Amino acid sequence: MTTHGKVKGIIANLVIVESEGRVSQNEICMIQHSEAPLMAEVIRIDGRKAYVQVFESTRGLTVGTDVEFMGHMLEVTLGPGILSKNYDGLQNDLDAMEGIFLKRGDYTKPLDAEREWEFTPLASQGDTIRSGAWLGEVKENRIMHKIMAPFTLPGDWKIISLKEAGNYTIKDTIAVIENEQGEKRDVTMVQKWPVKKPLRNYSHKPRPFKILETGIRAIDTLNPITEGGTGFIPGPFGCGKTVLQHAISRQAEADIVIVAACGERANEVVEIFKEFPELEDVRTGAKLAERTTIIANTSNMPVAAREASVYTAMTLAEYYRNMGLRVLLLADSTSRWAQALREMSNRMEELPGPDAFPMDLPAIISNFYSRAGYVELDNGKTGSITFIGTVSPAGGNLKEPVTEATKKTARCFYALSQERADSKRYPAIDPIDSYSKYLEYEEVRESVADRISDEWLGMVEEARDVLIRGKETSEQINILGDDGLPVEHHVLLWKSELIDFVILQQDAFDEVDRMCPLDRQKYMLEKVTSITRNNYSFNRFEEVGKYFRNLINLLKQMNFSEFKSDKFMEYEKELNTVIEERRVA
Amino acid sequence: MAKEAFKKVYTRVDKITKATCTLRAGNAGYDELAIIDGRLAQVVKIIDDEITLQVFSGTEGIPNDAEVIFLGHPPTLKLGPDIVGRFLNAYGEPIDGGPDLEGEEREIGGPSVNPVRRAQPSQLIATGIAGIDLNNTLVTGQKIPFFADPDQPFNQIMALLALRAEADKIILGGMGLSNDDYLFFKNTFENAGALDRIVAFVNTTEDPPVERLMVPDMALTTAEHFAVDHKEKVLVLLTDMTLFADALSIVSNRMDQIPSKDSMPGSLYSDLARIYEKAVQFPDGGSITIIAVTTLSGGDITHAIPDNTGYITEGQLFLRRDTDVGKVVIDPFRSLSRLKQLVIGKQTREDHPQVMNTAIRLYADAANAKTKQENGFDLTGYDERTLAFASEYTRRLLAVDVNLQVDEMLDAGWEMFGNHFTKNEIGIKDELLNKYWKPGKEGNGSLKEDNKTPEEVQVKETGEDQPAEGS
Repeated sequence: MTTHGKVKGIIANLVIVESEGRVSQNEICMIQHSEAPLMAEVIRIDGRKAYVQVFESTRGLTVGTDVEFMGHMLEVTLGPGILSKNYDGLQNDLDAMEGIFLKRGDYTKPLDAEREWEFTPLASQGDTIRSGAWLGEVKENRIMHKIMAPFTLPGDWKIISLKEAGNYTIKDTIAVIENEQGEKRDVTMVQKWPVKKPLRNYSHKPRPFKILETGIRAIDTLNPITEGGTGFIPGPFGCGKTVLQHAISRQAEADIVIVAACGERANEVVEIFKEFPELEDVRTGAKLAERTTIIANTSNMPVAAREASVYTAMTLAEYYRNMGLRVLLLADSTSRWAQALREMSNRMEELPGPDAFPMDLPAIISNFYSRAGYVELDNGKTGSITFIGTVSPAGGNLKEPVTEATKKTARCFYALSQERADSKRYPAIDPIDSYSKYLEYEEVRESVADRISDEWLGMVEEARDVLIRGKETSEQINILGDDGLPVEHHVLLWKSELIDFVILQQDAFDEVDRMCPLDRQKYMLEKVTSITRNNYSFNRFEEVGKYFRNLINLLKQMNFSEFKSDKFMEYEKELNTVIEERRVA
Repeated sequence: MAKEAFKKVYTRVDKITKATCTLRAGNAGYDELAIIDGRLAQVVKIIDDEITLQVFSGTEGIPNDAEVIFLGHPPTLKLGPDIVGRFLNAYGEPIDGGPDLEGEEREIGGPSVNPVRRAQPSQLIATGIAGIDLNNTLVTGQKIPFFADPDQPFNQIMALLALRAEADKIILGGMGLSNDDYLFFKNTFENAGALDRIVAFVNTTEDPPVERLMVPDMALTTAEHFAVDHKEKVLVLLTDMTLFADALSIVSNRMDQIPSKDSMPGSLYSDLARIYEKAVQFPDGGSITIIAVTTLSGGDITHAIPDNTGYITEGQLFLRRDTDVGKVVIDPFRSLSRLKQLVIGKQTREDHPQVMNTAIRLYADAANAKTKQENGFDLTGYDERTLAFASEYTRRLLAVDVNLQVDEMLDAGWEMFGNHFTKNEIGIKDELLNKYWKPGKEGNGSLKEDNKTPEEVQVKETGEDQPAEGS
């Protein structure tokens, strides 16, 4: 029996509902506003009063309006047809809505109920199964979408019947299962799951160990992220957070990419909407849209739904992970999500924590990050969720609560530096402040050596040392002046500049340079290391910059040319000649 | 309206604060307007039958037996063809002495555009200012503020930009404008003969600050009318958004909300985003472009207002007075137009991105050289050439008083590269170099070499650079 109530108070999107019946925390209710039904979530219960946050504007709402409690928490619908969809934060299909403007209370179905899917069974009649078991599969775009036993099943169940290969819609029963007590259940291709509960149904969660190629040198070479890893990108505005995240979403080695555009600019989402159906996945040649789902809750969309949007995205990611796929989840920006929490906490008149954020913010953030990871499923297959969130620190100050809370939990830290952005050294990832904890993992180091080369990590360390020494030298030059330091110091500085210009900097808008696969990164780092290991002879410091600028120019031309094309080889030949001009044994 | 006849009049006000009045009344809707003691107010809080009204013009002199009438609708604006050329206040009432507005009554602050129904901004807005067109190209559907100190001529530049930008309609939203600035905009638009495409909503410093909160919604509802119903290119000017945010903080303070950074309400980001995100390119050609002004206090962009703005808008334009050439320039380091990538090298010449980046990089080298010079260190030949380049670049391109076509700007860029640098120093793709490279007047042989002594260079420079400067 559903509980009913009446609106007693309204403060912006916080509504107080009085009801007699059973109401649970985080339960969803519908406010029957005369203009349109409004969806809301219970966020506090106080006697007979339930405080609910409304996912829409409450304009025109009056006291006394009927409210119906739905008996479940905020859920997403899981089934074939999620890929290539553009959803809002509550999983409404944005393309299915009519009109230019978002209408209040316009809730659309996330999945197409009429579409037929070509089903192939993977289990057999008589099999004993548990929750999350693969019963069959359908082809969704380019992936095999597994049809799984309901995630909520308790204990062992037996398949009494399973549909043969054929075409079915998501409404059709594809299996009937029974437990020891003789209880029977019909299984369809679709199920629901509350977004705030992690979807587990895996056997265990080992430490991530495989490097995830993003094609971005400043990440893969210096501070790689792993399959199932977590990372975050803080940076002041204008440092290229979004450009970097888009580059990762286009290029990363993943089967599924879920982008949660959370409280950011609408035009940036439009860019993905328009480009992903056109752009090709460099690995498969398929259109990027085929592997991507977008959750758009842009900054002008309702604030409460912004909080929901990151959870919606994470739950979809967990669903695909349980099919044994590599999922990449990107959230831009987690600060906006934290701000949504702050707005609600403020309206509920809770005692504020630092910068008026709720006290439990660090716990909420680390809980969320912990839903990422590399897992082994019950059937021995593996899947992963790699999560990268951006953080927009107020005033570019990394000592603010969201950055600090995230730093405690995310394993990779890609600090975007204002200084690098100002001098247009993109991506503006600071090579010295940034880190990847995964480089400390023995299993990661082994897998990197396996995939790239045994010398690789040594070369990376060497490059990092050159960069650090270069930075120190440049500070010394600022204090002592160019001629206050011996020529060798200038050589050191320029070696670090060479690594900066050739390895760290990358043109995200150049057709060739934007994507640099690992084998190419290996080639370039070896080339660069061979240059930085050499000694060169100069008489005067003025000669150093001129010489190295020339080397940098040739190496950049190589970066701009197709890998190992004639042009690429020609530049390399020229480079080798120039190197020999001043090299000393 | 037929409903008017049934309106109930309340005459008992329970609580009066500086900005709000609370009374017991049944059945008011959230956000609804009311008239209290002849002043406009809006419902901001309802608890049971206790209704809190925010009084826009302040509560001075309101008695506890004031007459309160609920209007049954949120703030509206009358939109029709006769709105063009008009100057209105924050309530949409004429302040230019003209007749009352006629037309369809529309709610302000309406819903947002479905992101999948937006088109990608793609039309370049030419302004003739190289600091914008070359380095920070604007695109229809973009939102971008000027970050300026109060003493900088931002209103003048905005007016100039509005008139050059070839928009079908220009909507001015003036918040806390001084009367002088209001008259400046009025006269500038009148003298340019542009009144047939102007609508202005003005809240001057003489008006109550809380009224300002309505101005952006008024301006943007008007903009949506022209962009959606008439498929026009609309340019919205909002000045000064810092004063708008100040009004927000006044209201939130009076509503007893816990302030976050810099005494601003915790919802500042959402409040600003709701306004700026009205900038949009529609697929059928209509568009809303927003150019705003956010005044800074002592150039501090970490303050909550510019900081939140920066995260919302698609870039920002910084004004700076360049003391070396004595002109106001658009700062190439700190300014940014995020949407420029959509048009540069596509609607403009192919070499645009590289010329832009290279010039800025060399300008940055010049800034380093200048620091060295100021610290009393010797400069290399390269340093001196960057300084010469920077001075020419500032004068010919960065100054806001230039008025050039984009192609002319690019040509000027190549000329300057040739005047001061060798091909491999500028590091541009060979395909473009071979096509556009212009050797300097003296040929590259005359460039100062790094391996000469600083003295030699000094002597040569004065002789050499003169002709280049004259060009």
